[in-house]
Amino acid sequence: MKIHEYQGKELFRKFGVPTPHGIPCFSVDEAVEAAKRLGGSVWVVKAQIHAGGRGKGGGVKVAKSLADVKQLAGKILGMQLVTHQTGAGGQKVRRLLIEEGADIRKELYVGMVVDRGTQKVVLMASSEGGMDIEEVAAKTPEKIHKVFVDPVSGLTDADAQGIARKIGVPDGSVAETVALLQALYRCFWDSDASLAEVNPLIVTGNGRVIALDAKLNFDDNALFRHPDIVAMRDLDEEDPLEIEASKYDLNYISLDGAIGCMVNGAGLAMATMDTIKLFGGSPANFLDVGGGATTEKVTAAFKIMLSNRKVRAILVNIFGGIMKCDTIASGIVAAAREVHLSVPLVVRMKGTNEDLGRKILKDSGLPIISADNMADAAKKVVAALKKKKARPKPKTKAKPKKKKAVRGKKK
Amino acid sequence: MSILINRNTRVVTQGITGKTGMFHTQTSRAYANGKNCYVAGVNPKKAGENFEGIPIFATVKEAKEKTGVNTSVIYVPPPFAAAAIWEAVEADLDLVICITEGIPVRDMIEVRDRMRKQSRRSLLVGPNCPGVITPEEIKIGIMPGHIHKKGRVGVVSRSGTLTYEAVGQLSELGIGQSTAVGIGGDPVNGMKHIDVLKLFNDDPGTDAVIMIGEIGGSDEENAAQWVKANMKKPVVGFIAGVTAPPGKRMGHAGAIISGGKGTAQEKLAVMEACGIKVTRNPAEMGRLLKSVLK
Repeated sequence: MKIHEYQGKELFRKFGVPTPHGIPCFSVDEAVEAAKRLGGSVWVVKAQIHAGGRGKGGGVKVAKSLADVKQLAGKILGMQLVTHQTGAGGQKVRRLLIEEGADIRKELYVGMVVDRGTQKVVLMASSEGGMDIEEVAAKTPEKIHKVFVDPVSGLTDADAQGIARKIGVPDGSVAETVALLQALYRCFWDSDASLAEVNPLIVTGNGRVIALDAKLNFDDNALFRHPDIVAMRDLDEEDPLEIEASKYDLNYISLDGAIGCMVNGAGLAMATMDTIKLFGGSPANFLDVGGGATTEKVTAAFKIMLSNRKVRAILVNIFGGIMKCDTIASGIVAAAREVHLSVPLVVRMKGTNEDLGRKILKDSGLPIISADNMADAAKKVVAALKKKKARPKPKTKAKPKKKKAVRGKKK
Repeated sequence: MSILINRNTRVVTQGITGKTGMFHTQTSRAYANGKNCYVAGVNPKKAGENFEGIPIFATVKEAKEKTGVNTSVIYVPPPFAAAAIWEAVEADLDLVICITEGIPVRDMIEVRDRMRKQSRRSLLVGPNCPGVITPEEIKIGIMPGHIHKKGRVGVVSRSGTLTYEAVGQLSELGIGQSTAVGIGGDPVNGMKHIDVLKLFNDDPGTDAVIMIGEIGGSDEENAAQWVKANMKKPVVGFIAGVTAPPGKRMGHAGAIISGGKGTAQEKLAVMEACGIKVTRNPAEMGRLLKSVLK
């Protein structure tokens, strides 16, 4: 789960990581009011969206008067902010952070993630703050310094000092940097973060060390013990289809292609997407229906896939293990009827009771295309997509009424 | 022959009284030698009771003392699963297989750290994995037993159904498996590809290995380097996620391309450079393996 910069800074302050004073705002009036309350003569108007690269996209501006604040807030609020992380459509700005201006003497970089190899949290830091850190890592890897943190002792004074010196913190600010890094580590660890990034971390003219930015992601598996963090979730920043899918315990991710796919299991779902691509198509989504592909779940999955307007054909790939193919086939048939499926549907089913499953699909009278293996399924769905324009709309049978009553809605 | 488990393995189920634990204990027990293998369950609140004749103990330690179990399978819910792993490790079992999906990464970091610092000898498979099966001898986990066939090909994978897919293809071609190991889809786990490959390399009952990976991390690359230097048997591979977008978690907690690292293309390239035959078509995994058998 991701949160906004201003929320990240609130969390930082709780753990003792210094940040500039700032106030989140939802309107231009609030922005001007916030600037007045903060005082001073320089403010920063910052778009609050979950994607990175906001500055480059024009979502972070310096204001030198209240009139500036008003003008910039008006411009940024409501804009479609396009960054390298948002995709071409950009993300609508609904919240602002108005912050006091900072006197920047030095810009540094600090980040933390879980390192899978050592199975520890790794602290990464660089003297090259304010830049795209992936670029720094690629071009000048020697400028990135790492410390692997022991989970029992935490970030030690010695390690924090070593890092502070390596990234060029002035002598007078080292102690403050050590305290900040240790607070940041506690914040990461105690709140079950999966990523913490401060870019830039600044040293001010008078030697203070401040987190000028705050990016925090959290481990979804640990959210059950952090209701305060869950409360910070901003659904406006998430794909509505992904939110809808999560209600049905479906794992869904929107992609750019035209072929919707529904698969059981994450690995097989990825492999199915890859196979579609291999045979000249492009997947419209990742969708893992999980182990219990019930009629209700399959119906929800179909509806979600079809509400993506780009979808012009669907491929279902199920390896029935514990879940039997005949059960899944009945679910597919019921779902296809309920949503009045009007795009070609290719189904590949393998495993327990596969023959029975195929028979159910065949006997349904629905124009379902059956496939023998993954490659065959991918070829058939790509071919169906090509033919689709010439294809008449499948007649919707007038049967589903009765089924509906049997199925019932359990929620 | 096989690796990790065989007909003589004795299993304790942690979380035997939960819905998932009950169901999979039943099906695993019904598979091959399961009747003799599944000898104990653990639930501190139901000690002294039994599940379909399998005695339930308060702790893993007690289960071991009373029944001689050497392996544990864990179906305990995520908030308590890391503690369950530790309990099995502390009881000094040979092997701990954790099926549970959704364990916080921090919990796994802590338990793995403790295992290392105390030099514990127990091997951990998972979490978030389908388990381990030695066909026609013993099945520990949630995989469908009937698609497997006894034989001499090792299977190691981070995914569940994709493993079944590979196994299904092999069995259809008449190629049996020595052992199939699902190491799980979490970022912080127990055995990795490299650890399982080492066991297959030393197993006289395994002639070749199929290794299935996915985006995220660099385990497959590490394993590939090891294969190049040490493996005496042919290895073939597939990596899922060529079409996965960066920065998105593809179902498994560990399946994510972050900072441009952990892409399928990168993994495939390293594997090929290390002499592992790979396919980009998952429908061809079985045939690719067949092509390297002597």
